Amino acid sequence: MTSLPNLPIEGIPSGRPSTETRWQSLLGADKSDRIYQRILTGFALALPAMILILFLVLLINALPAIKAFGAKFLVTSTWDPVAEVYGAAPMIFGTLASSLLALIIAVPLALSVAVLLTEFAPRSLRQPIAFLVELLAAIPSVVYGLWGVFVLIPFLRSYVVPPLKAVFGWLPIFQGVFYGNSLLAGGVILAIMIVPYIAAVSREVLLAVPGSQREAALAMGATRWEAVRSAVLPYGRAGLIGAVILGLGRALGETMAVTMVIGNRHDIGVSLFQPAYTMAAAIANEFSEATTSMYLSALFEVGLILFVLTVIVNAVARILIWRVARGTAVGSRAL
Amino acid sequence: MTRAFRRHLYSRFMTVVVILFSFTAVLALVLILGDLVAKGASSIDWAFFTKSPVPAGQTGGGVANAIVGTAIIVGLAALIGVPIGVGAGMYLAEYGSGRLGFMVRFIADVLNGTPSIVIGIVGWTFLVKPMSKFSALAGSVSLAILMIPMLARTTEEMVRLVPHSLREAALALGYPRWRTSLKIVARTALGGIVTGCLVGIARIAGETAPLLFTALGNLNFSLSVGQPMQTLSLQIYVYATGPFDEWHRMAWASALVLMGLVLVISIAARWVTRQRYGSVR
Repeated sequence: MTSLPNLPIEGIPSGRPSTETRWQSLLGADKSDRIYQRILTGFALALPAMILILFLVLLINALPAIKAFGAKFLVTSTWDPVAEVYGAAPMIFGTLASSLLALIIAVPLALSVAVLLTEFAPRSLRQPIAFLVELLAAIPSVVYGLWGVFVLIPFLRSYVVPPLKAVFGWLPIFQGVFYGNSLLAGGVILAIMIVPYIAAVSREVLLAVPGSQREAALAMGATRWEAVRSAVLPYGRAGLIGAVILGLGRALGETMAVTMVIGNRHDIGVSLFQPAYTMAAAIANEFSEATTSMYLSALFEVGLILFVLTVIVNAVARILIWRVARGTAVGSRAL
Repeated sequence: MTRAFRRHLYSRFMTVVVILFSFTAVLALVLILGDLVAKGASSIDWAFFTKSPVPAGQTGGGVANAIVGTAIIVGLAALIGVPIGVGAGMYLAEYGSGRLGFMVRFIADVLNGTPSIVIGIVGWTFLVKPMSKFSALAGSVSLAILMIPMLARTTEEMVRLVPHSLREAALALGYPRWRTSLKIVARTALGGIVTGCLVGIARIAGETAPLLFTALGNLNFSLSVGQPMQTLSLQIYVYATGPFDEWHRMAWASALVLMGLVLVISIAARWVTRQRYGSVR
């Protein structure tokens, strides 16, 4: 082994390090290396600790309510702080209904953006459009809420609800008076908010589809749409479903914008025009007013349900996305 | 009409549908930004940036308290969150191939989707309830918790972009692993890491839900992190849901300022990595 020349490189002691220390550092057996690894491990362990603490704090604070109401908490509709009787069914219903409505509106739009950005748009336009969509994700929730209250709701009242009533008025979901603050407004604002998330993740999933898939389809005479439909989308299916579920997770936990437009009425209604309530909105509205410990505990249980629900939804979404784009932080830019 | 012609026509039709749908999605952004400027710009003057809010019913005043509050709360959150988040990201990139790495990565992704309001009430449990006092610090900690998983993932992604040959070269020169990691790998990825931090800061700057029960909001000018403090997002929430037209006007102006702040940070984030990685993925 020839000796290294004595180059004065910054940070490296001049002169040849002994063979032994070099060996040790290559094996990671150096003491300072082990300290470094321990420090980084400590930082990394903060994340499992965080999720555990979140869960335990919610669980411990929710215990009195869980003990008092049991499973009835999930299925009954009485929410009476005076009588100390709590049932969260309307919030759970409102959360699921508004998120579902948001998905129905957002999924076609978001998938279109993803397909456009990966398949159809000229290369020079892809970055600018992707940037615009990412900006949409950067708008703060409370700004969406403000816009929802003063722009979206008047717009829905004037231009969307009357035609809906005229054509589909016989459907139970489009009956009754439009209150402005409503399930419909909540769903639409949520849809606008989750489009960029679903679009960003779907785009990365589609980017992970090998070019050979497209080429094979095109070579067999498929049109461009047929190539997308029969080769690209099926290949990325798991990831795309994951992207949609990720959007669902966002919608379930979204707080400010929904609180501002959904009407915050503790009631289960079939019509989209009626006010509704979500779990996140209930916490935002009532937490600071919760004077009794049971009231507070009930709100913590709502938080626990919301937390567990979003953890499950996100876990499923991640597993699906990882199947297509393994191990990469897909969509982390937008999230 | 031949079958082939029909298929091509259908392909064209679907292309138009995709373009129309995408246009609708982007239109929302244009509308929101347009409304912010249209309804907010006229209320922004010097007093808006330099004065604190006046009592309800009066006109004038500004949101200086909220602007300073946002800077303090977000700055403090970054101070807490950045080291932990970047450290966790370095771990994932350097040692994250094992089971712990897999678990941490998965938990980071899951935490990224955790509702911020839930983090708010947990922050309340630890930092507000025991001291029976709302404080800016409690808000900062909540925002830091929100920021950490996101930073961990973006840092990891950026560090992984560093070519392996650089690492090998440093190790071959006799650098210990930790020096290679810090002086070569992290330094090379610094632009990307800074981008990740800025994107994270932009996101928490607009957060409201975790602050409702921690920083609470404060209509007066306050610099004390042990006291309730206002942020732009909280101010917008209060003004938008309030009954006065004057408040609504201030809400739009505050939203425009907040949006401008978030946009500037987001664009700065992309600018930092512009040369190094060519384009933003």
